[in-house]
Amino acid sequence: MYAQMVETGLNAVRSAEDMADDERAFQARIDAGIKIEAKDWMPEAYRKTLIRQISQHAHSEIVGQLPEGNWVTRAPTLKRKSILLAKIQDEAGHGLYLYSAAETLGVSRDELLAALHSGKAKYSSIFNYPTLSWADMGAIGWLVDGSAIINQIPLCRCSYGPYSRAMIRVCKEESFHARQGYDIMLALARGTPEQKAMAQDALNRWWWPSLMMFGPSDADSVNSAQSSKWRIKLFSNDELRQRMVDQTVPQAEYLGLTIPDPALKFNAETGHYEFGEIDWAEFHNVLKGNGPCNRERLRTRVTAWEEGEWFRDALQAYADKHSQKAA
Amino acid sequence: MSKQWPLWEVFIRSQHGLAHKHVGSLHAPDAEMAVNNARDVYTRRNEGVSIWVVRAADIVASSPADKGALFDPANSKVYRHPTFFPMPEEVKNL
Repeated sequence: MYAQMVETGLNAVRSAEDMADDERAFQARIDAGIKIEAKDWMPEAYRKTLIRQISQHAHSEIVGQLPEGNWVTRAPTLKRKSILLAKIQDEAGHGLYLYSAAETLGVSRDELLAALHSGKAKYSSIFNYPTLSWADMGAIGWLVDGSAIINQIPLCRCSYGPYSRAMIRVCKEESFHARQGYDIMLALARGTPEQKAMAQDALNRWWWPSLMMFGPSDADSVNSAQSSKWRIKLFSNDELRQRMVDQTVPQAEYLGLTIPDPALKFNAETGHYEFGEIDWAEFHNVLKGNGPCNRERLRTRVTAWEEGEWFRDALQAYADKHSQKAA
Repeated sequence: MSKQWPLWEVFIRSQHGLAHKHVGSLHAPDAEMAVNNARDVYTRRNEGVSIWVVRAADIVASSPADKGALFDPANSKVYRHPTFFPMPEEVKNL
């Protein structure tokens, strides 16, 4: 997802016998559905895992602006351009909400950004694919933001208060993103044969990477089991992916587009769509930094940060000057 | 690396007549920039008619460890709630 394969640093799920009194009381609060707040006692592994998960999520929002930024100057109409700009501005906002949530855990935003810029911190694999046509703006809103919503709605109920509150804000804004994407796809699908072909091409390229966003099956993962116990992960990767496929296939049918998966078929007995094998070698390769755009994305972020330094410093110098005058 | 901007807590009044409510935090070099940033980050959809920003360092908070001492005394004083007093059905306007 926006946070993929988050490490807990543990080799086994913590059992009641492993826990001291503090940790047992902490787990009991989570089991009772009571939110953990910033100043409450928490196990070090919970704190560190959350920092990894929330910051990865924040980095994804920030880097996620880049593939869309590619089309701002080439949007087909002024209205589409304004909508795209508003959407990209939301992504920046989502990144900021999430960095703030991470900061409550005792880490600074500048430290988190430094980890992103050095390549140490990860962001979602999906943003390392190129946006080759205007239809990609539609496919991203529809499929990528659609998948993000499926992942984020349960996180509104997660155990960590600041994270859950950030997710509630994000989810409120995210359905605009998915709908504007589908609206672009609708316009193209109802347009000329060339426009419809463009929409189909975007679906062909974004379908599999979108399914990969949820991460590999985590049925046997210790990290996921521990995160579930802490209630910072509420459904398995496979469950969320299935939900995405089930809701998206009928939407593609309405557009008159074909999902690029010959194995896709509806199972009337289970009420779910069955789908083909995902190419996990591609996913791992992108995570390792070898996707089509990994290097370019990171370079763009680092350049933006470095070239903005004089401006951040100037604002600080101005603030310092005025506070000295006041003193 | 440049100096880190201080953290500000942001409070928004959603409509005239309602109290300002905490909505989140942000970084800014000074109060004026904090208000500008709060406008962009927290009121993109008409969420507010007024913004307060307070330096996070200036907020004094109660400690979770003091929760018992601070809030338990209220538990034994249920008579502070109007529902504590059953009223005869026939009596009106109470």
